[in-house]
Amino acid sequence: METINSEKLLGIGAEAHLYIIKWFNVEAIKKVRVPKKYRDLKLDLSIRTSRTVREAKLLTAARSIGVPTPVVYYVNIDDFTIIMEYVKGQRLKELFPSLSGSAQKEICLKIGELIALLHENGIVHGDLTTSNMILHESGHIFLIDFGLGEFTYDIEARGVDLHLMMRALESTHYNIAKECFKHIIEGYCNISGESIGKSVLLKVSEIRSRGRYIRRRVIKHQQL
Amino acid sequence: MTSQRCIVLGIESTAHTFGCGIALDDGRILANENSIYIPKEGGIHPREASRHHSAVAHKIIVLALKKAGIKIDDISAVAFSQGPGLGPCLRAGATIARAIALMLKKPYIPVNHCVAHIEIGRLISKCYDPLVIYVSGGNTIISAFDAGRYRIFGETLDIAYGNCIDVFSRNLNFPHPKPNDLHPLDRISIEGGKFIELPYIVKGQDISYSGLLTAALKKIQEGFHWRDVAYSFYVTASAMLIEVAERALALTGKKEVLLTGGNARSRLLQSMLRSVCEERKTKFYVVPPEYAGDNGAMIAWTGILAYKHGITIPIEKSTIKPKWRLDEVDIPWRQ
Repeated sequence: METINSEKLLGIGAEAHLYIIKWFNVEAIKKVRVPKKYRDLKLDLSIRTSRTVREAKLLTAARSIGVPTPVVYYVNIDDFTIIMEYVKGQRLKELFPSLSGSAQKEICLKIGELIALLHENGIVHGDLTTSNMILHESGHIFLIDFGLGEFTYDIEARGVDLHLMMRALESTHYNIAKECFKHIIEGYCNISGESIGKSVLLKVSEIRSRGRYIRRRVIKHQQL
Repeated sequence: MTSQRCIVLGIESTAHTFGCGIALDDGRILANENSIYIPKEGGIHPREASRHHSAVAHKIIVLALKKAGIKIDDISAVAFSQGPGLGPCLRAGATIARAIALMLKKPYIPVNHCVAHIEIGRLISKCYDPLVIYVSGGNTIISAFDAGRYRIFGETLDIAYGNCIDVFSRNLNFPHPKPNDLHPLDRISIEGGKFIELPYIVKGQDISYSGLLTAALKKIQEGFHWRDVAYSFYVTASAMLIEVAERALALTGKKEVLLTGGNARSRLLQSMLRSVCEERKTKFYVVPPEYAGDNGAMIAWTGILAYKHGITIPIEKSTIKPKWRLDEVDIPWRQ
């Protein structure tokens, strides 16, 4: 491609390599899903194809309903590549610990609202972690990495989405996880309303109870 | 044996294995005697397994003492596996361990079974701060140490990897695998097969196996060749685990990977992880077969670590914890 004259490796993720490139003279991100030697060839192709397609569709769909995501410039399914807007800002994973309590609360409320907005419009993200959220210079929170997402209105899928958010907080921001999740739910209910918020939250506890070695008593009590 | 040396006797009994291990505080394992309950058919029946444990306990403990070349009063403390695991099995082991501690008037040390799998892996394979892939019949956990605990970066949302593999194998009438034999599924994965698409379920950092198991068994009923289904099932189940492991590796930036637990014996998992580690320039460690499955040595060694940091429990408060999670345990011996 002539428009790409320089490539700079930005990072190596678990499943993709990210490059900063020039796309029609604008800085852009090229995300390439790389083959995994350990996978059966057919399985590898199937996973990389479906995730590339899904990510491109979901990024655009999310953006159209007002959830900040990078603009998709170009998709090439044959080489599992998406070229998209370069969102300049800080990942919440690194940013979070340095913030004050009230700033954390504000961001969590916003995250909750964004998740609810996605869910209300039939989108689940599938991998909600603070590594997949960027605080843009403009103050907006951008969501990235939709490769595990799907189009669904299913309550179960929404529950799993929030469960994953909680799990990510527990492993990465264990000191503030409970507090943060509470605010995320608060933000979620601001958009979805109390009743939907409650039923999704109940689903979260049910999903949690399926995990290995979780005490079940509390959950049973809530259902009664 | 000098008297100031700290020697811990450890009792393991969370599921199908009754084990007695004896460890020394310099990291030497003096004995590791285990007896595995093998059901005549089906999976582990908790009550039958606990009966097995009670029946073999005396023999195994005496054998361990003999191997270690010590008398029972030489030990400094008794460690036991307090959980997680099957209630009746845990109770059988705990009762025996309590009796020994009371009889000898020695300190009693509670050990978390999952922590023990990690600690024996670190000791024997000589790694320091690994991303841990702990896979067995009861657990599928990806964990790394941070701020005083083993944090969980991924786990199964329903059944364990080993459980999924075992149920599938039983349905194909594969014989119960002997510890040092190549698993039939490993043989099939080496020989290769035709890939049939099956549910590949990765949810963020977590995985789910129940859907894959059902779908694979259904494919066999539908008349697909069992070899192709077995191949596809095994590579799919394993690829799911390796994907979340790699995700956790990217997230935590750890420079070592440790494969531990009963399914650490899986050749496929080993070769897949080795490939990921080579690509990411990470050192790969795998626990040797004799310490992969449940064993007494891991409880004894973790007992030493705990004891040296003053962790003991009064007998009257030593109730078993069948649902004790890995990330609930404080690890004072690491910074």
